Amino acid sequence: MIETASHANAFTIRCLSDTFEVRHSLQALIDDMEGRNFLPEERGTVELVLAEVLNNIAEHAYEERGDGAIALDATYIPGGMTFALVDDGKPMPDGQTPLGMPANLDVEVNDLPEGGFGWFLIGELARDLVYERRDTQNHLSFRMILGEG
Amino acid sequence: MDMTTTDIADARLVKVIDSRIDAAVAIQFKDTLRAVTQGGPHRVVLDLSDVTFIDSSGLGAVVAGMKLLNGDHVLELACLTPVVAKVFKLTRMDTVFKIHADVAAAFPPAQAS
Repeated sequence: MIETASHANAFTIRCLSDTFEVRHSLQALIDDMEGRNFLPEERGTVELVLAEVLNNIAEHAYEERGDGAIALDATYIPGGMTFALVDDGKPMPDGQTPLGMPANLDVEVNDLPEGGFGWFLIGELARDLVYERRDTQNHLSFRMILGEG
Repeated sequence: MDMTTTDIADARLVKVIDSRIDAAVAIQFKDTLRAVTQGGPHRVVLDLSDVTFIDSSGLGAVVAGMKLLNGDHVLELACLTPVVAKVFKLTRMDTVFKIHADVAAAFPPAQAS
């Protein structure tokens, strides 16, 4: 059940926390950005951040159930985009988004980290990240600066 | 996950044919990389020119691939597209891997003696 809609200054997605649905609805947004003449690298950066956020909802909020509702509203604003996501899954641990810390890479090859990059990447690429737990829902919003090289 | 291999001098060039290394293919990536490098040359250069998207799971898979090969092989990377390069730079993984701008840079012509 994927519902996507393109509006004058926005693109909305309603889908389930299923790998296939998440991937296809995200692709629909990237296609919408292409139609609005965003550059490949800008589309790729948005895709990266949203893939991390959506995977997090699917894996942690919905614990890989695959049938949880996800709402994503993307709004085109001058100089970038804003995003608002709502899900009905479990709250973030400690009621806040995990602190994405840079990994310690000064280690032997076999001790290099293979995970923990997700929230770090989100933190580096998104601005004004706000998370709120409202009743039984997670609300996450942020902004991305695009179009400045 | 498709990969093709070409042996050049003392190295094996492994080209990833897929356009994405993400959560959906992370495990396949590791398994395929292991299969195509097993018993091959020590030096492995991974050509990522077709890969336009990588996420944190994909990055984790490339690191896991490096560990998997460690000892028998050394893994280098070539031809990072903009978004892939951005992920490596932001996470500073570009300091861990030897990264070549293109395949030619990974295989400079032998010095005339």
